[in-house]
Amino acid sequence: MRRLMLPLCLLLLALATPGMCLDELRFYLHSDPKTFNPGLVADPDSETIRYLTGGVLVRLNRQTQQLEPELATAWKVSKDGKTITFQLRQGVRFSDGTPFGAQDVQFTMTVLMDPMLHSPTGDAFRSGQGKISAAILTPDRISLTFPAPVAGLEKLFDQVAIMSASSPKKEMAVLGPFYVAEYKPGAYVALHRNPNYWKHDDAGRALPYLDAVKLEIQSNRDIEMLKFSRNEIHLINAMDADYFDRLARLAPDKVRDAGPSLDSEMMWFNQASEASVASYKLEWFRSRNFRQAVSLSINRDDLCKVVYGGHAIPARGPVSPANKYWFNSQLPQARFDQEDALRLLQEDGFRLVDGKLVDRGGHPVQFSIITNAGNRSRERMVSMIQADLRAIGMQVNVVTLDFPSLIQRISKAFNYEAAMLGLTNVELDPNEQMNVWLSSSDQHQWNPRQSAPATSWEAEIDRLMLVQASAMDDKTRKRAFDRVQEIVADELPFIYLVNQNALVGVSPALQGVVPVAARPQTYWDIEHIRFSVERANNAN
Amino acid sequence: MKIARMVAIVVVSLITLISMGGSLLPGFDYIRQDRKHFSEGPSYEHWLGTDAVGRDRLARLIHGTRVSLLLAPAAAGISVVLAFVVGAAPGFAGGVTERMAKAIIDLALSLPWFFLLLMVRAMLPLNTSPAVSAAITFSVLGLLGWGVPARILLARARRLRQSEFVALARAGGVSHRRLFGVHVLPNLLPVMTAQFWIAVPVFILAEANLSLLGLGVAEPLPSLGGLLRDLESGLSVRSDLCNFAALFVLVVMVSSLQVAFMKHEVS
Repeated sequence: MRRLMLPLCLLLLALATPGMCLDELRFYLHSDPKTFNPGLVADPDSETIRYLTGGVLVRLNRQTQQLEPELATAWKVSKDGKTITFQLRQGVRFSDGTPFGAQDVQFTMTVLMDPMLHSPTGDAFRSGQGKISAAILTPDRISLTFPAPVAGLEKLFDQVAIMSASSPKKEMAVLGPFYVAEYKPGAYVALHRNPNYWKHDDAGRALPYLDAVKLEIQSNRDIEMLKFSRNEIHLINAMDADYFDRLARLAPDKVRDAGPSLDSEMMWFNQASEASVASYKLEWFRSRNFRQAVSLSINRDDLCKVVYGGHAIPARGPVSPANKYWFNSQLPQARFDQEDALRLLQEDGFRLVDGKLVDRGGHPVQFSIITNAGNRSRERMVSMIQADLRAIGMQVNVVTLDFPSLIQRISKAFNYEAAMLGLTNVELDPNEQMNVWLSSSDQHQWNPRQSAPATSWEAEIDRLMLVQASAMDDKTRKRAFDRVQEIVADELPFIYLVNQNALVGVSPALQGVVPVAARPQTYWDIEHIRFSVERANNAN
Repeated sequence: MKIARMVAIVVVSLITLISMGGSLLPGFDYIRQDRKHFSEGPSYEHWLGTDAVGRDRLARLIHGTRVSLLLAPAAAGISVVLAFVVGAAPGFAGGVTERMAKAIIDLALSLPWFFLLLMVRAMLPLNTSPAVSAAITFSVLGLLGWGVPARILLARARRLRQSEFVALARAGGVSHRRLFGVHVLPNLLPVMTAQFWIAVPVFILAEANLSLLGLGVAEPLPSLGGLLRDLESGLSVRSDLCNFAALFVLVVMVSSLQVAFMKHEVS
């Protein structure tokens, strides 16, 4: 009996000790992460792992949208914009105990810039031909020199998770708040608290507060909502307005509207010269008056109210007001004025015949808008636009297509007339939009891959985007990008419709979650997230 | 059983009458969006309430039923005619023709028709009116849905070919054409009618499946399948007492199958 007593007592003691109850945060990834190598991250799920495990030199505070020191205590960019020098934090160790130093930064940058690796993170630094050189000035000071100036250079380091040059665990040795402890493909990724993480709170307690994060892999959004409503997961990073309102009715303390997100919904007309579109329609689509008339005829307030239940704002241009620095606040509000729309159309020779709009050649104004099937918000929005445009005599055919067919039409075959899709903005910096605005780009959706700009305003956008990409001071960049936004708002190659709000789900059991517009909306400050005292008491 | 069949015929006829007659009445505008009253319950203005963009649900239900009840039988007709050509005729002819027809039917049945349907639909011209797109959607359903009835008709035609009365007629010098027209075709008709009635609810459901993926009848034209999508919701299937689309689909299905089974029993 005595033999049994000791293990029993130890077991009871273990169960009674508060420290033994793991504070494990749970939420869903929507598919398996494609890689754990921070240099190869290209999908949102791998990005989540990198954000939670990677240690970076500087971090963009998602709330203030300002850079903050992390592994670098200070940094300086040279006047020519080619060189950045970092002063590194001392006494930091990787999760496996390997010390961190300048050689790790040098190693990471060498890996990222290796042309054989095709690192998406490294591609952001490629401003010109030639190699990057890294000079270790002292063990905690390093200088990186690029072959050509890189605009917004220091901000790019928010994405660079430092890898160890000497650890036998290679990229699995991390400097972030958690490390990958277990991965079961198709089931979950278990992250455990990094015992060597360098940060402490104001009271001197080691961060992060949480012991573990369990990221279960679940693609079904309905299951995600169900599990969240049953308190089986603690966070939902983004949800649509229907889900949000339904949850808000069931459990108002679990949902939060963080205001306008960086994402926008827009439509555009196919203006490509190789478009399989009748020439008279191509003429309409290339007319600024026609595009402006369409924009003026769309009631964006109704879209926000009816489709998003008020969780959206009318879009004014290519940048959401959530992007505090780069948004051009001088842009006018989008108007709804169908009389003015008809006046503009009359200037182009359009006229109403028995309530139907015809062009000067007598062709009835009829076109199709394609969008992806299955997205209820988008389907409702296009249905409302169809009704709005009917009021000025335009006949719109709505066509919903499966996503691969849609992409095939808009990026390869160009056999469509108008399209409606959303733009997901992850980065705040306009450099990330170069591929959209440059007329030579594949992503210049309304008329891609132009050998020379087709219009004077596209040539001007090309020029301004190159100015902002090469200027070293933010004021010049801002001026150039503000002008780009003005041209886009005037010429309307994309007709921006709404900026939907960032709608998130946060368990009331959590403290320290401050939802923001930028990704990752809920766990951007993961180190300070903890379970509330009541929950801890209940668990005990 | 006769009573059940009568009830089924009356119910289908009643729904057809309401959908055809109701859609002609003024005031039942299925397009108009009342954006001040969206996603609302029944009211004096909107007896069954409004949908997510403020359209009158009753008007959409009546028009949607009309679209489905007009086009699903048409698609079923196409399917049965094709099944007759591919299945019944070679089944009666026998020999190499029958073997080739069997191979073609097996091939058609082995195809993943739903993906084929998605592919065919994606290739359709974009600038077609909603009514034409609805007709095309159901036509495609009809053109792809002949496999099962063809196999049944082939088996039935073969059995007839090998039957004693056909052998007797042939021995009596009846011509091939007359044999088929006078002796075989009347015996195939009950099977074809049954297959027609089975196909009607199958095609309504197939369109509903396409609509659930957002690939059914184009906006703003309603269909029963499209209306079923309104029952989709965030957390589960929503119990919406004012959405009768599901009830209409169920009633039409049960009634059609009731008629079909009775026909089958007759045959």
